[in-house]
Amino acid sequence: MTQLALVIDLNVCVGCHACVTSCKEWNTSGDAGPLVDQNPYDADPTGTFFNRVQTFEVGEYPNTETVHFPKSCLHCEEPPCVPVCPTGASYKRESDGIVLVDYDKCIGCKYCSWACPYGVREVDAESKVMTKCTLCVDRIYDEELPEWDRKPACVRACPTNARLYGDIHDPESVVSKAIREAGGYQLMPEWGTKPANHYLPRRKTQLTIREDEVERADNPLKIDSQLPKPGQDEPSLDDVTSW
Amino acid sequence: MHPAFSVIFLTTLIGAGQGLFLGLFGAEALSLLGVLPPPGSDFLALGSALALAFLVLGLVASFFHLGRPERAWRTATKWRTSWLSREVIVLPAFMGLVFLYGAAHAFGFNPPLGTLAGDIPVLPTMVLGAIGALLAIVLYVTTAMIYACIKFLQEWHSPLTVVNYTVLGAANGFTLAAAYAAWAGVPLVAFMATVAIVLTVLGLGTRSASLVRNARIKSKSTLQTAIGVKHPKIQQKSQGFMGGSFNTREFFHHMSAAFLRGMKWIFLLGAFVVPAILLLVVLVTRVDPVNVLIAAFVIQYLGMVAERWFFFAQANHPQNIYYQSVA
Repeated sequence: MTQLALVIDLNVCVGCHACVTSCKEWNTSGDAGPLVDQNPYDADPTGTFFNRVQTFEVGEYPNTETVHFPKSCLHCEEPPCVPVCPTGASYKRESDGIVLVDYDKCIGCKYCSWACPYGVREVDAESKVMTKCTLCVDRIYDEELPEWDRKPACVRACPTNARLYGDIHDPESVVSKAIREAGGYQLMPEWGTKPANHYLPRRKTQLTIREDEVERADNPLKIDSQLPKPGQDEPSLDDVTSW
Repeated sequence: MHPAFSVIFLTTLIGAGQGLFLGLFGAEALSLLGVLPPPGSDFLALGSALALAFLVLGLVASFFHLGRPERAWRTATKWRTSWLSREVIVLPAFMGLVFLYGAAHAFGFNPPLGTLAGDIPVLPTMVLGAIGALLAIVLYVTTAMIYACIKFLQEWHSPLTVVNYTVLGAANGFTLAAAYAAWAGVPLVAFMATVAIVLTVLGLGTRSASLVRNARIKSKSTLQTAIGVKHPKIQQKSQGFMGGSFNTREFFHHMSAAFLRGMKWIFLLGAFVVPAILLLVVLVTRVDPVNVLIAAFVIQYLGMVAERWFFFAQANHPQNIYYQSVA
């Protein structure tokens, strides 16, 4: 069984929204029709987006940390949005685990969006059907593209490589390794939805240098310590040169 | 959640229609047992037409909820997993039986099919009515389960949701049946009004129970579980966009807490207290019951609309955690 998914590294995401615009660009240009924007240059703009980057402040000033948090469909392994659909338009693919909406069967009743705790489904204002992240299903299998390019548009756009893509059921995939080795976790685990997408937590990246690391630890003849050290009273370079 | 008037009118209109049918069938069944005076075929036929009118209006209202109503026929396909699909199957089936029941009475098609023990005749209208009554109950359950089955909408995920949809719909339907009996001059006003009072008071109890339950709900999802950061102090600084989106429209009621509180008292008075008093007035005094009962039904129906509005508005969807700050 394959379960394609994204792993998003919150330690690396800088909140540039490149994945948001790349997602919108790719998905508004495809065969499925545009993701409509309304009043794009007016006072109250709105539109359909599959992916958003949100920003959170963790801690209390001045000890705060900024977390940029990209959010799109998590392609749950137990998707609560699928069984509630009365028409079968919302479905999860057996072959690769992608949760999709059949735009030709959807009646736009919005029930699946109520049944998604993450709020990642949006009714398109013009096509009047439910839309959501497709994991760029029209890209990742496109044989016209070179193999290295067969990845979701958001993954290809990320300048910091914060978005990893692969099969989380393959233990040797880049995403499985990342989840295993960098503490990958799921959102809202309390509902048993088993999201396929995982997030990697923020990590401390500081380097502590101890004194024995400045001196050579590998110093069998104690030669390093015999090097002349100027005494406290010795003239400094300033004293010598400034006359 | 954002209360959609299409769904509010659907659930309240069909709820009243189902209750009216239960009242008609109950009166016919009890009259055969000799408990009540016979209501007469014309009364039952016209009453079925009235119930059918409420069901049709509800069905019409539901279409306004759909983005693509021309594909509505597809909704009958996933009844194995979806309560919405089940409701879509049960509603027309129930409407069909109400039609057949009414037609059988209208055309006097009622040859006894046999007799039960104690010389009770088995009449076609009783068979149709019994199946219809069963479908009316099933329809209450399927309608309520659409909401009760979503476990992270904690205000809805309770057996009380099913109880309330059933009791409140039936109460409103019996009030309608009482008003109809008074208008038609059939001696069933006391029976219908008594059942309506019992159901209204029972509904006040069960709805209050769910209000108490919902006031104590502690949300299972928090900002911490939503983004997976364990720190106790997290604040959203940006939801990712300045304008609106489906997420900011569909899941908020966009009203003040005071408005919500006001609506709660309006529906407690309108759906329960005032109609119960009016029904009681009809039972214990000698006023002309027609106008009082029609007023009782209209006030109770508007109270049910307020109750349904509050039902939707009170449900706090966990996705709202992600949409707290515009920047």
